[in-house]
Amino acid sequence: MAKNLRKLPSGRWGIAIFILCLALFPLLTVNNPYYINVMVFVGINTIIVVGLNLLMGYAGQISLGHAAFYGIGAYCSGLLTAKYGCSPWLALPAAVALTASVAYLIGLPTLRLKGHYLAMATLGFGMVVYIVLRQLSWLTGDSSGLMGIPGISIGRFKLDTDLKYYFLVWTMAVGVLMLSRNIVNSRIGRALRAVEGSETAARTLGVDTARYKLQVFALSAAYAGLAGFLYAHFMGFIGPSTFGFKFSIELVTMVVVGGMASIWGSVLGAAFLTILPECLRVAEDYDIVIYGLLLMVVMIFMPKGLTRTTVDLLKSRWTASPVSQTNEE
Amino acid sequence: MTTYSQVVQYVITGITIGGIYALIALGFTIIYNTTGIINFAQGEFVMLGGMIAVSLATTGLPLLCAALLSVLLVTAVGLLFERLAIHPLKGASIITLIIITIGASIFLKGVAMLIWGKDAVRLPSFSGDKPFHILGATILPQHLWILGITLSVMLLLHLFFEYTILGKAMRASAANRLAATLVGINVRKMAMCSFALSAAIGAVAGIIISPVTFSSYDVGTMLGLKGFCAAIIGGLGSSPGAILGGFLLGILESLGAGFLSSSYKDATAFCILLTVLFLRPRGILGRP
Repeated sequence: MAKNLRKLPSGRWGIAIFILCLALFPLLTVNNPYYINVMVFVGINTIIVVGLNLLMGYAGQISLGHAAFYGIGAYCSGLLTAKYGCSPWLALPAAVALTASVAYLIGLPTLRLKGHYLAMATLGFGMVVYIVLRQLSWLTGDSSGLMGIPGISIGRFKLDTDLKYYFLVWTMAVGVLMLSRNIVNSRIGRALRAVEGSETAARTLGVDTARYKLQVFALSAAYAGLAGFLYAHFMGFIGPSTFGFKFSIELVTMVVVGGMASIWGSVLGAAFLTILPECLRVAEDYDIVIYGLLLMVVMIFMPKGLTRTTVDLLKSRWTASPVSQTNEE
Repeated sequence: MTTYSQVVQYVITGITIGGIYALIALGFTIIYNTTGIINFAQGEFVMLGGMIAVSLATTGLPLLCAALLSVLLVTAVGLLFERLAIHPLKGASIITLIIITIGASIFLKGVAMLIWGKDAVRLPSFSGDKPFHILGATILPQHLWILGITLSVMLLLHLFFEYTILGKAMRASAANRLAATLVGINVRKMAMCSFALSAAIGAVAGIIISPVTFSSYDVGTMLGLKGFCAAIIGGLGSSPGAILGGFLLGILESLGAGFLSSSYKDATAFCILLTVLFLRPRGILGRP
C-alpha cells in the first residue's frame, strides 16, 4: 500500500507544486482582495489543524479544547504588544513558549486519560480558558476584547495589506507543514503511530509513550499559539468569542473531514471548512443547518475523510493493471 | 439576608438545577451503557423539549397535553437520529461517533433557530409564580415541581430497568453485548430504545426547567455539557452516579456562584470536572 501511495505526487515535488500554487494564487485574484482575506484565514487555520492532526491522527489523542491554545497565543501576543509596547517579534516566541508550556503542564495529568475521558478533560480545559478570557476586562480594558494590537513589520517594511500578510502567513504555514512532514517521517512519527495503533504494544516495545504524547501535545499547542499570534496581529482586535468551544469543534472537524493522519488532508480540511461558511453566508440562517448536516454526512459516508476517500478512489483507478494488483496482496 | 438563609437559598436553587443535570446525565448514561457512545446531542433534546412544549402551549393546548406531546415528539426525534445517523455505522471509531453527534447537535440547533428564531421563550409555571418562604429562603412552586418530577422520573426509570422485560434486556445488552445476543436479545434494537428513552428524559428536563430559566434555541449546548460533567463526576456508566453527580454539581455550582463569583459560574462546573478527572477518573461511584 505504501508503495502505491508513493506514486502519487507527494514528497518534494508535492511541496514545490503547492508553494508555486500559493505564490501564483494572488495573480488570479487581483481584482478581489476578499479572496486573499479568506486565504489568510485558511493559512492560519491550516497551522492549527496540522498540529491537531499530529495529535489526533498520528498519536490518536483527541483534544476538544484546542481553541484555548489559539486564544492563549493571541491574547499573550496581543497584551504584550498593545499594553506593554513589546515588539511583535519578541511577542511571537513568548506566545509560542507560553502555549507550549501551558500545554505541557495541562498535558501531564490530562494525557493519562483515554477516549471519552480525555475528550472531556480537554473540553473542560478549553471551557475554563474561554471563561477566564471572557472575564479578562480588567486586563484588556474592554469587556468585549482587546483593541489596538499593532500590525507586523519586517524592518521598515510594513505588512499593512492583506496581500503582504498572506505571504507571511503562508510562509509560516509552509514551514509548519514541512516541519510536521519531517516529524511524521522520523523516529518520533513512527513512535506516535505505534501509540495510535496500540499504546500497550508500543510501551512493550520500549516506546516512552507518555513522553511522546506530551511532546506532540505541546507541539500542537505551540502551532496553535503561532496561529493565535498571526490572527491577533492580522485583526488588530481580539475578543473571547473567537476562542470558544465552537471553534475547538470546528478544528476537530477540519482534521476529521480533511483526513486523519494526513498532512495534506489538514490543508484540505482547513481550506474546505474555512471557505464553506463563506459560501454558505449566501444562505444566511441556513448555514448552521447545512454545516451540521454536512458534518454528519461526511462522517457517515466518508469516515476516513475527504483526502483518504479521494486517494482510495484514485488508487483503485491507477492500480487497475494486473501487475500492481498482485503487489496489493 | 443572613449567611445561613443565603446558604439555604443557594442549596435549594442548586438542588433544583442539579435535578435537571441529573436527568441529562441519566440520558447520557443510558445511551453510553447500551451503545458505548457519548451523545453530544443530548442537550439539544432538552432544548427541543422546552421549545416544542412552549409553542404547543401557545396554541392554546392545556399544559399537560403540550408537555406530553412534546415528550413524544422529541422521542421520535431521538429514534430518527439513531436510525439515520448512528445505526448505519458499524464499528466506527470513537472520534467519528463523537463528531457525528456533534454534527447532529449543530444541525438540531440550527433547525430550532430557523423554526423559532433567536428569542428566549418561557413556558408558564405549572402552578403560579407565588413564592413562599422556608428557613429564610424564597422558593418558587416551580422548584418543587422540578424536584418532584425529577424524583418521579428517576423512580420510574428504576422500576423500568428492574421490573420490565425491555428494561432488563437493555441492562443485559449494557452488561455484555455478546451474551445478550446469545440469549436472544436484539442488541441493535436496544440501542434504538436507549436513544428514544434518553430523548424522552431530556425532553422532560427541558419542559420542567423552561419556566425558571427560559428556553431558546441555544440553551442545549451548555446544559448538555453540564449534564456530561455530572455523568463523569458521578462515574460514567453508573445511574446512581449520574444522579449523585447531577445534584452535587448543581449545589456546588450554585454555592460557588453565590459566594465566589457569579461570572465564573460556568467555570465552576468544569473545574470540578477537571479535578475529578485528574484525581479519580472513574468518578465517585464508577467501577474501576
